[in-house]
Amino acid sequence: MNNAPGKENTPLAQAPTLSVGPSPHMVSRDLSTRRMMADVIIALLPVIVVSFYIFRWFAIYHLLLAVITCVSVEALSMRLLRRPPTIQDGSAVVTGLIFALSLPGTAPWYVNLIGAAAGIFLGKVVFGGLGQNIFNPAMVGRAFVMIAFPAAMGASGYVSQSTGVDILTSATPLTALKQMGQGTSLMHLLMGDTNGSLGETSALACLVGGFYLCARGTASWRIPAGVLLAVTIISSAAYLIHPTPHWTPLHHLSAGALLLGAFFIATDPVTSPVTRKGRWTFGIGIGTLVMLIRYLSGYPEGVMFSVLLMNSAAPLVDRLTVPLPLGGSPGKRKP
Amino acid sequence: MTDDATPLERFLRGIIPENPVYRQLLGLCPTLAVTNNMKAAMTMSGAVLFVLLGANLVVSLIRGLLKPHLRILVFTLTIATFVTIADRFLAAFMYPMSKELGPYVPLIIVNCIIICRCEVCASRQSPAVAIADASGQSLGFALALASIATVREILGSGTWWGIRILPAGWDNWVIMVLPAGAFLTMGLLLGIANWLGTIRSETKGY
Repeated sequence: MNNAPGKENTPLAQAPTLSVGPSPHMVSRDLSTRRMMADVIIALLPVIVVSFYIFRWFAIYHLLLAVITCVSVEALSMRLLRRPPTIQDGSAVVTGLIFALSLPGTAPWYVNLIGAAAGIFLGKVVFGGLGQNIFNPAMVGRAFVMIAFPAAMGASGYVSQSTGVDILTSATPLTALKQMGQGTSLMHLLMGDTNGSLGETSALACLVGGFYLCARGTASWRIPAGVLLAVTIISSAAYLIHPTPHWTPLHHLSAGALLLGAFFIATDPVTSPVTRKGRWTFGIGIGTLVMLIRYLSGYPEGVMFSVLLMNSAAPLVDRLTVPLPLGGSPGKRKP
Repeated sequence: MTDDATPLERFLRGIIPENPVYRQLLGLCPTLAVTNNMKAAMTMSGAVLFVLLGANLVVSLIRGLLKPHLRILVFTLTIATFVTIADRFLAAFMYPMSKELGPYVPLIIVNCIIICRCEVCASRQSPAVAIADASGQSLGFALALASIATVREILGSGTWWGIRILPAGWDNWVIMVLPAGAFLTMGLLLGIANWLGTIRSETKGY
């Protein structure tokens, strides 16, 4: 609030000026960026534990490498830009965790290193740091390595718990569906004993963490609700037109990165809309794009591209869904 | 821009202080499109050098005859003549390169560096000044293309001028060869150029 003294006689100058800073917004003293990021890390714990269980050393190594890279790139860039250090707010740690969880376990070390660095630098620092970025940094990093190293980004193997071998190579559930029309049992999708990116295999773990985030109010429940609603409607319609017993709408909901994306990636407060209607629109847009990509494109999964596309639309969505202030719209006064 | 700059000053100005790509942000279409390897970038620079020299010289020679409302038309016709010569020359003597550059050689006609130099310099100056200006600007353009192509070719293919310089185990960054890599490299190099410019003006004290 900026109520300049000495200008009291002009009526316009008396009105206080409220400047709105970039999000994440501080609603109360308890809700600081640091606490929000701590919440996200707590919510990610089930996902991380499942990834440790399924991918073993791959998961530990990728998570450590990505977090260390993200934090050091952010610290280094802030030093070079002569800005105050920002690593203590924890957002770089969260970016690193989510980026690592979106990588396949077999990705080589340099893919992780380059992607994490590109995510923080190209996705966040060049825009001016936390709150200024248009795109989710973790997804920018993943898109970068996905296009740079398409061969290395295919999930090719995991440490199976149900068989005695060390590493089981198999297609991810969605790739198997896309290329061979094979289904995967719902139980496997729920528990996560399948192949895929580190954090996406277990639907249950994503749900547990996601509900915690929404219950704490750190993430808006409207965004994941919108995503899941759109996916349910579109996949049910497709299922009714052309029933496929091995791949029901429930499979669509629990396979791939959908739940991880809906609860942890799309809900990034910086790159998603701030109005209620806007959040619904944002979620429904992501869900629709995911289903379009799954059904109609060459990619088996499209959460990353959908989130990035809707990120670019978020400012527009915000502008179109400005809520009506109490007492009517100030813009519709007669001149 | 003062009109009494000597030809040498005009030549030097085009290279760094008024670099067409990094300072004036002109001619970005070929800058982004043909810089995924050094050979293509240098062929493009050569073609631009030829067209810019020719167009500047001819426009400077006929500057007394130009009518203000028809000047852009005359510039474009002059440029198109030289572009056609360059395009046919490439097709006759460097066929694979002509194929690789595709439509970007004919598109030199609408390259705004050349129209800009005709308008700003050649239509008002003597042929000697116009030639110095054209060489300086072309050299600046070539330097900018070389800098972007160097980054993109080394990271995207592990080679420079077709010669392997990174070890065979290098995993090519496919994104650097694709258009996205052009925008990223261009943006980052532009940022570095501005950053260095800021530091220089800070240390000079103005």
